[in-house]
Amino acid sequence: MKKRTLTCISCPLGCQVTAEINKGEIVSVTGNTCKRGDVYARKELTNPTRIVTSTVEVIGGESSRLPVKTRTDIPKSMIFDCILALKGLKVKAPLKVGDVVLENVCGTGVDIIATKTIKTF
Amino acid sequence: MKYDIVIIGGGPAGLAAGKAAKQAGADSILILERDHELGGILNQCIHNGFGLHTFKEELTGPEYAERFIDKVCELGIEYKLNTMVMHIEKNKRVVAMNSSDGMFSIEAKSIILAMGCRERPRGSLNIAGYRPAGIFSAGTAQRLVNIEGFMTGREVVILGSGDIGLIMARRMTLEGAKVKAVAELMPYSGGLKRNIVQCLDDYGIPLKLSHTVVDIRGKERVTGVTIAEVDENFKPIAGTEEDFDCDTLLLSVGLIPENELSKEIGIEMNPVTNGPLVNDRLETSCEGVFACGNVLHVHDLVDYVSEEAALAGKNAARYVKKGSGAKAEQNITIEGKNGVRYTVPSTVNPELMEDFVTVRFRVGGVYKDRYISVKLDGEEIIRRKRPVMAPSEMEDIKLHKAKLCEKPEAKSITISIEEG
Repeated sequence: MKKRTLTCISCPLGCQVTAEINKGEIVSVTGNTCKRGDVYARKELTNPTRIVTSTVEVIGGESSRLPVKTRTDIPKSMIFDCILALKGLKVKAPLKVGDVVLENVCGTGVDIIATKTIKTF
Repeated sequence: MKYDIVIIGGGPAGLAAGKAAKQAGADSILILERDHELGGILNQCIHNGFGLHTFKEELTGPEYAERFIDKVCELGIEYKLNTMVMHIEKNKRVVAMNSSDGMFSIEAKSIILAMGCRERPRGSLNIAGYRPAGIFSAGTAQRLVNIEGFMTGREVVILGSGDIGLIMARRMTLEGAKVKAVAELMPYSGGLKRNIVQCLDDYGIPLKLSHTVVDIRGKERVTGVTIAEVDENFKPIAGTEEDFDCDTLLLSVGLIPENELSKEIGIEMNPVTNGPLVNDRLETSCEGVFACGNVLHVHDLVDYVSEEAALAGKNAARYVKKGSGAKAEQNITIEGKNGVRYTVPSTVNPELMEDFVTVRFRVGGVYKDRYISVKLDGEEIIRRKRPVMAPSEMEDIKLHKAKLCEKPEAKSITISIEEG
């Protein structure tokens, strides 16, 4: 039986959650104060994911950088590939929140979307 | 120019205050913002994690700001950008300037202070060494990277584990820099736990608690720093020095509420928060002048800033309509004791208060399995268990009107941390 202790990040409380793992199977999760802690620990130990945020270059906009994010979380192991895919990407103003900047980033099935409205200069 | 309410600052606090004041029936509201856009610091906080409380979803900083900006525009609240407030007076005259109107003054019935805070600079740290290029406050680096699109360096050491420093550790790593270490003077982190996990642990960046920078090398540009462990008096321990080659040092060593204007009209300040002392309506010692957000006390979460600012906005609207109506002798003082460093507000008026008042506070150290005890004239009225409390995570507790009205003669409330 192996034990892994994680800090739950589902909310600012940051519970210390301990998972007991037996032969790759999670047998128990303790220390969480709500059910999100249980879900987080199981996911973090089997399929960790993150929302990735960065910026891309804007042409003809009021500002020169557009903040972007993955619409939903992607596998943690894909973070750097995702960032690399954004390098050199240029988008034209105007842009509004939610506009798709890059479809299906790195084959994750997740789009990169704008997180700010940028008017033309 | 005449307005019912003038709000100084168009960041998260100013926007939420404006929205709430308008919804509470204030007619003419003007927001004054010194940047070229509304939204304040949220514009450079491109990471996610905002809005879980307010919108029940996880937004980035610019998205969170835009929701409030849209609302402010929809409600027809006026604002002026690129406008710097130079001066405020006790009679609520506001003097401001910008390049299109020149210098102008506004007569307001009420003022809401929402100027936010700024970062502690290197100058206040007494670090030995040269003054080379490559030393940035974490927020400056954040602006350069996220808004201007410049990288500030390739090999980075961060002093201080405040949230902005942690966020920048991840940001710089993603952009191809090598973040070698985060040194924190205190034996505990200055940032939120989730930022330690997602910004440092995820990328294998070491957090060195009880460590500080004792030397900065490099004449034109930073070439390296020396980090040493400190003892319980924060003095570097000889023999623990470790050299790091780097071209950049980021400082994330605390935020200072920006209260030059507040002091100008003689508002009473809290020496612990460096923000104004306020009552439960978030009104300062100057009648009709309210304060909210990071100018009042530094927050960890923008959601709580919005909540607090909405209360200030609502009360400013009420003040404009009905005047203060408060009698000082009705006030019960609120004081933090035994580990509670400060409270906001610092007085409550049971007669005028809403059904409940949220008291926010910070503790002075890391406490495990303790109780928050609230006493009204010495008699305990609330006792809440907290598994963990830390200086980096703001605490709150609700005071209910019904409970306070049971003891109409009561003069003081103390909030303290107690064992078992």
